[in-house]
Amino acid sequence: MTAFFQSLGMSYEWAWGVATVCGILLIALPLMLAVAMIIYADRKIWAAMALRRGPNVVGPFGLLQSFADGLKVFLQETIIPSSANRGLFLIAPIITFTVALMAWAVIPFNSGAVLADINVGLLYILAVSSLGVYGVILSGWSSNSKYPFFSAMRASAQMISYEVSIGFILIGVVLFADSFNLNEIVKAQLGHGLGLVNAFGFNLLLFPLAVLFFISSLAETARTPFDLTEAESELVAGYQTEYSSMSFALFWLGEYANVLLMCTLNAVLFWGGWLPPLDWAPLYAVPGIIWLFAKILFFFFVFSWVKATVPRYRYDQLMRLGWKVFLPISLIWVFLVSGYLMLTRYS
Amino acid sequence: MIQLIAFYLFAFLVIASAAMVVFARNPVHSVMWLILAFFNAAGLMLLAGAEFIAMLLVIVYVGAVAVLFLFVVMMLDIDFAELRAGFVRYLPLGALVAIILAAELVFALGAWSAGGIDLAARAAPAVADKSNIQQIGELLYTRYIFLFEAAGIVLLVAMIGAIALTHRQRGGTRSQKIAAQNRRRPDEATRLVDPGVGQGMEL
Repeated sequence: MTAFFQSLGMSYEWAWGVATVCGILLIALPLMLAVAMIIYADRKIWAAMALRRGPNVVGPFGLLQSFADGLKVFLQETIIPSSANRGLFLIAPIITFTVALMAWAVIPFNSGAVLADINVGLLYILAVSSLGVYGVILSGWSSNSKYPFFSAMRASAQMISYEVSIGFILIGVVLFADSFNLNEIVKAQLGHGLGLVNAFGFNLLLFPLAVLFFISSLAETARTPFDLTEAESELVAGYQTEYSSMSFALFWLGEYANVLLMCTLNAVLFWGGWLPPLDWAPLYAVPGIIWLFAKILFFFFVFSWVKATVPRYRYDQLMRLGWKVFLPISLIWVFLVSGYLMLTRYS
Repeated sequence: MIQLIAFYLFAFLVIASAAMVVFARNPVHSVMWLILAFFNAAGLMLLAGAEFIAMLLVIVYVGAVAVLFLFVVMMLDIDFAELRAGFVRYLPLGALVAIILAAELVFALGAWSAGGIDLAARAAPAVADKSNIQQIGELLYTRYIFLFEAAGIVLLVAMIGAIALTHRQRGGTRSQKIAAQNRRRPDEATRLVDPGVGQGMEL
């Protein structure tokens, strides 16, 4: 894109700057639109599984429901509790929202279609997602209220626990792909299974990791069955109890942007990203971005499906699953994967 | 040009937020400034071309250490008036530390202006065509393998020590037996009874 702006007669610095801003807008604006529609889709799927109709009043099939909700929230008054820590109270939703957008910089949408093609892309995502916990902690602490504080404690412990096993799971992928760059990881999946299928997920050695990563990503985004941070029967609404108006909306958007990010990571790391699922020439006629979106939407459907059907874990069960089940399994798999690669690729 | 702007921005923010860590009255605010300082230090690392170290700085310090620190700060019952009351008592110690640091700074500046020791020849040369991670990995797992493993063993010992110090079996607690919980079936967990009036229930 820099070359295009340079051809319009700009100097390199200006062309680079304009191209980067355009790239950011090209990712962020469709993302916000996607988040609005995905909230609608989430409610519709959830309703359909509970044999309800879901949102069906605003616009055709209720399609404009999220926008109506957004407008309503926008017009509300922002209430700040008198005993809240004002500065941190206002910064917390901004952190959540910003961090949820930041990680998208390294996601490859097609071959070469990536905003920041850095060679530590996966580490960047881990770093950004470890920042995400601060929005929750700060909102819970600064509200100066019991339930948000409980929720913040739960959320931070939960995210830290599952980030550990996610880190070990990602090592398996990195070993196979031989790169931390997300685009290289996608390319490494080309014809991975006997030259027939384009995905690490079809590899019998990596498939358990794909399942673990999917469950961990449910926990990382605090979706059902791990939504203890928003357990309404115990904590009112969790860390966002004291929030209203746009500050609440930022949490809401950030949360769903994170869900989409996790779906995208599932697609990119284990299921071929922008590659078609089969290594068969006619399938490459479909643009890569459509394959990626189809995979993201599929994983989002599974997220909703889980939300509609699985009951919530108890907190000690959640911790046990993270530390006593996922962590040992992912550690063993690091040994298995590296041993397999030592035997086959590097001997 | 943009590198220069970025460098001064990051450098200014590191120093400013480091100062705010000390000057902020509320410990939680201090932690927040500390995280900002770490974050900007990672930015400086990026400018130096060490993207792997930069990401590790964010993951390890910002992600893990600062979260643990925040836990401690938020769980402690801190009385701000009491914290400030000790100012005069700790003044001599604080002044001593400040003098030592200042002396070290002057000493380091003097040594630096006198010309550095030629350390570059002793370190392994950087290879330009390899990525950061590969370079570090090759050094760590070949040249410094024993130091690296020693560091790992030290960490392992520290971990076992921490567990051994804090893990104790308290009497009278009931722990979860997950296997027994999973084996439970409705017909053995529930009972259908039909008590007569006024007889009560045996549980």
